[in-house]
Amino acid sequence: MSSTEPLRHTALDAVHRSLGATMTDFAGWDMPLRYGSERDEHLAVRTKAGLFDLSHMGEITVTGPGAAALLNYALVGNIASVGVGRARYTMICQADGGILDDLIVYRLAETEYMVVANASNAQVVLDALTERAAGFDAEVRDDRDAYALIAVQGPESPGILKSLTDADLDGLKYYAGLPGTVAGVPALIARTGYTGEDGFELFVRPEHAVELWQALTKAGEGAGLVPCGLSCRDTLRLEAGMPLYGHELTTSLTPFDAGLGRVVKFEKEGDFVGREALTEAAARAEQNPPRVLVGLVAEGRRVPRAGYAVVAGGAVIGEVTSGAPSPTLGKPIAMAYVDAAHAAPGAEGVGVDVRGSHEPYEVVALPFYRRQK
Amino acid sequence: MSNPQQLRYSKEHEWLSVAEDGVSTVGITEFAANALGDVVYAQLPEVGTTVEAGETCGELESTKSVSDLYSPVSGEVTEINEDVVSDPSLVNSAPFEGGWLFKVRVTEEPADLLSADEYAAHTAG
Repeated sequence: MSSTEPLRHTALDAVHRSLGATMTDFAGWDMPLRYGSERDEHLAVRTKAGLFDLSHMGEITVTGPGAAALLNYALVGNIASVGVGRARYTMICQADGGILDDLIVYRLAETEYMVVANASNAQVVLDALTERAAGFDAEVRDDRDAYALIAVQGPESPGILKSLTDADLDGLKYYAGLPGTVAGVPALIARTGYTGEDGFELFVRPEHAVELWQALTKAGEGAGLVPCGLSCRDTLRLEAGMPLYGHELTTSLTPFDAGLGRVVKFEKEGDFVGREALTEAAARAEQNPPRVLVGLVAEGRRVPRAGYAVVAGGAVIGEVTSGAPSPTLGKPIAMAYVDAAHAAPGAEGVGVDVRGSHEPYEVVALPFYRRQK
Repeated sequence: MSNPQQLRYSKEHEWLSVAEDGVSTVGITEFAANALGDVVYAQLPEVGTTVEAGETCGELESTKSVSDLYSPVSGEVTEINEDVVSDPSLVNSAPFEGGWLFKVRVTEEPADLLSADEYAAHTAG
């Protein structure tokens, strides 16, 4: 982000300040990093519930008779096959197959979709969709300022939300979304999240954000709901083995390099941006396995950080993409791309170069944490 | 937050106690602990080693970052806080008390250590 641009503030800015949040610049937004202890916030989401302001996420609306065809062309997934009221995790790639961003696409109506991009990539995604819309009977609309996004995550979140809405939450499956009213406020209620827990994301108009936040805070009082910052969101998604753009996903990797080739739907009708390059990338991955995204669990207490080298037998065999102390495991963990020869769980002699000292790490399959259903 | 009046402070956010028999206790301030977030790992200097004022002598690792630990004075390390090694969260919960880091037999003290009020002004900026 250019330092000359002023930081953007969400509709909940004053609330965060009154709660004493430590704020941080995230992709040009002044966002809560944590309110108190990030470890306590993390554990609240795992055991009770947490409340997040995610208004920095970038919403883009795609409407029109050609909306489904446009998204099938612009994205790697089969978006036309998503049912109304359902959502899909997908990616937008460059013509050379490199990942521009990972996205969640909600089908709000037969001819209306909402694409949610990462804050850091929202402009890139908007520009790409706009450019790719040429020739399609569809409109691409920048709706970043039309929504605030509040997430309630954790095992207590269904109970908390139920007390504020008549919407059929029991009928709302994971990766589904429906319009409803929460605490008297019109909202798109989605059963999605980035924490590895059950939970909801509520897209509302910015002028309703404070009212909704306060209603949720009150409704969650007895259930242990706490406000949560981006710091614990990062450790939650890391434990859940979920990739983060800029770390596990970049333009220099294809979905096949990231171990997420399953999001590319070659069988869908028609051409799509990156089809040719991705066909080659898939074949390459088949013949000559690229580095594999694995989990690493520290035997000691030193935390591997993004960019640190993964080593074995004195040679560099990979690179850490994300690392943090795991509140759930009580040990440092990391995701790393490592050579296929060292990627099997339990691979011998794997370490991370932590500022000059080679610390031993256990290679494990992802995710580190899976919730009990 | 209040910085104890009897301590002195470095601009790198360490505190130093008044010497008893030539030995002072060193820790990091509440301001620094809050800025770090949850401390999860403390690498402290070894007992018997010599530390130099203004030089790094260890590191503190939090969820989001690794920060160098600077010694506010020169001298020989006489003791480290094993409680902090086993439970680094003491640095957050009691930075001026149970979260102290190490003790040092002071040989030289820089002239620019701050009083509590001067340190408060330093961190207010």
